[in-house]
Amino acid sequence: MDKMNHLINKAEAIRRSIFKIICEGGGGHIPASLSIVEILVALYYEILNVTPQTISDPGRDRFILSKGHACVSLYAVLADLGFFDKSELDTFGRSGTILGGHPDMLKIPGVEASTGALGHGLPFGTGIAMAGKMDNRDFKVFVVMGDGECQEGSVWEAAMFAAAHRLDNLCAIIDHNRLQAMDTLDNIVPISPLADKWRAFGWHIMEADGHNIKELIDLFSTLPFQTGKPSMIIANTIKGKGVSFMENEPIWHYRMPNGQEMRVAYNELGIEPQ
Amino acid sequence: MRNAYIDALYELAGRDCRVLALVADNGAIVYDKFRAAYPGRFINFGIAEANMIGVAAGLASCGKVPFAYTIASFLTMRAFEQIRNDVCMQRMNVKIVGIGAGFVYSNLGATHHATIDMSIMRALPGMTVFSPSGPIEARKITKEAARIDGPVYIRLSVGGSPEIYEAGYEFETGKGVILRDGGDAAIFTTGSITTEVLKAHGELKNMGINARVVNIHTIKPIDKDLIIDSVSKTRAVITVEEHSIIGGLGSAVAEVIAENGIAARFKRIGLNGVFAGGYGTYDDMKERNGLSANAIVRETIDCINKN
Repeated sequence: MDKMNHLINKAEAIRRSIFKIICEGGGGHIPASLSIVEILVALYYEILNVTPQTISDPGRDRFILSKGHACVSLYAVLADLGFFDKSELDTFGRSGTILGGHPDMLKIPGVEASTGALGHGLPFGTGIAMAGKMDNRDFKVFVVMGDGECQEGSVWEAAMFAAAHRLDNLCAIIDHNRLQAMDTLDNIVPISPLADKWRAFGWHIMEADGHNIKELIDLFSTLPFQTGKPSMIIANTIKGKGVSFMENEPIWHYRMPNGQEMRVAYNELGIEPQ
Repeated sequence: MRNAYIDALYELAGRDCRVLALVADNGAIVYDKFRAAYPGRFINFGIAEANMIGVAAGLASCGKVPFAYTIASFLTMRAFEQIRNDVCMQRMNVKIVGIGAGFVYSNLGATHHATIDMSIMRALPGMTVFSPSGPIEARKITKEAARIDGPVYIRLSVGGSPEIYEAGYEFETGKGVILRDGGDAAIFTTGSITTEVLKAHGELKNMGINARVVNIHTIKPIDKDLIIDSVSKTRAVITVEEHSIIGGLGSAVAEVIAENGIAARFKRIGLNGVFAGGYGTYDDMKERNGLSANAIVRETIDCINKN
C-alpha cells in the first residue's frame, strides 16, 4: 500500500512538472500529456526493466510513445528517474535544448523513437518485437498510442502484421480519452467499438481505468494476456486530467493558459506559486 | 538487374545473419532460393508498404540489416513518411530497394512508373541514392549498400536489363564512370537508359561527333569532380534520365555546374513535368517519351549547335 501511495504521489508530482515545463517553455500539448501520466508511472516505476545504465542494452524493455505530442510527460518521468539531468527540463522548447515539442531519440537518453507524426510507433515497435523473437530475447515492447491516432491507416497495417506474426511480446496501450485535436472522435470520425475492432484484428484486449496505477500494474504484470497474440490495454482516460477547466475540453489541445487560468491550475495541481 | 540484386542479397545473407529480405507481396519466384535457405529471414508484409518500412526501422534499431523491396513507385511514395521519419530521421540502417525504375513497367501505366523517386529520395537527409545501369553494377551496389551504415535507396530496373560492363568492372560509391570519351559533348546518364545513350553515342560518332558518356550510378553523393572535369572539357552538356528532369540526375548535375560558376550549353533529357505517356513495350515507351537513342542524338546535336 505504501508503494502504491508512493506511485500516486509520483503521478501528482509528474503532473505538476508537466504543467510547469510547458507553461515555462511557452507551448506544448498539456492535456495529452496529463492523460498518460499514470500509464507512464506504472510502466517506468514498476514494469520496464530499463534504467539509465541500460538504455543501450539489447535485452531492455522498449517503451515507444507513439503519440509523441505527449512527450513532456515522458520527459518528466525520464528526468525523475535520472535518464538525464532534471535541469534539462527547464530548457524545454528553448533554442539549443534537447527537449523539443516532440521527442528525438538521437538526442534524449532513454527515448526509443522520434515520434510526432502519428501512426508510426506501432509499426516501429512491431519491428522491435519481431527482432526480439528472432533473437530469442525476452524483452517486451510497449507502445502508447492515442485513440485519435487509430484513424491512421498505418496503425491497422501494423495491427494485422503483429497478429499474423504472433508477437505476444508486444503490448499497445491506447490512451482512450475520446478527444482529438478539434473535437471528440465521435463528432469527427468515430473509432468505436474500439475493443471489437482490435479484437477482430487478432489482438487480446483488456480495458482499464487509465488513471488507476494499481489496475494498470496488475494488468501489465500478467502480460502476455494470451500466448501467441499481441496484447492491448484500452486505458480509459481523461484528456487534461487534473486541471478542471482543461478536462475533456478539445479547445485546450494546444493552447496556453493565461495568468488567471494558470493560477487556478497551479492551485488544483498543488504547485507553489513563485 | 533484379536477379543480380537478389543473388547478391542471397550471398550477403549467407555471410551476415543480420541481413533480412523484406517484401511487400512482390517478387514471387525470384526469392525462392532465399526463402528456402533462410526462411526466418524472408518476411512478406503483404500489400502494406508503410508498415514494411516502419517495421524495418524497428528491426534495424535492434541491429538487423533489412533490405525492403517492392515496386519503386509504391515503396518511395506510399511509405515516404516512414522512410523520412522512421529511417532517415532516426538514422536507421535500412536499405530501400525499388524495382521498376522509370517506366520499365510500360503498359502497366503511370501508377507503376517510378519517375520522381530519385528526386524525393535525394532530398532526404542522410540517404545514399544508387541507380545502377545494369546487372553487374546492381550486384556491386547491393554489396556496397550492406557496407554502408545508414539509409540507402537502390533504384532497380527489372530482370533482363542488358549488361554494359565487363566482369572486372570496379565500382566505387560516389565515383562516376566514363563509359566513352570525346570532346564534343558530355552526356551524363544513369540507370538502364544508359543502353540508349550508348547507342546514341555510336550514332553520333558515325556523324563525326565525339561525346563523352558518363554513368552516374550514385545520384547522391554525386561525383562533383567528374562533372566539373567533363563540363569544362566540352561545349555541350546533356543529361539523360528515365525520370522527371525535376530533381533527379539533370538537377543534380545542374547544381554542380551552377555552383561552380561554369558556363555551359545544357540540356536535360527526361520527363519534363509530365507522367510518362503511352503504353506498349518498353522500347515504345522510350520512343514516345523522347528517350530513344534517336531522340538523344537529336537533342545532343541541338545542344551542340545552340548559340
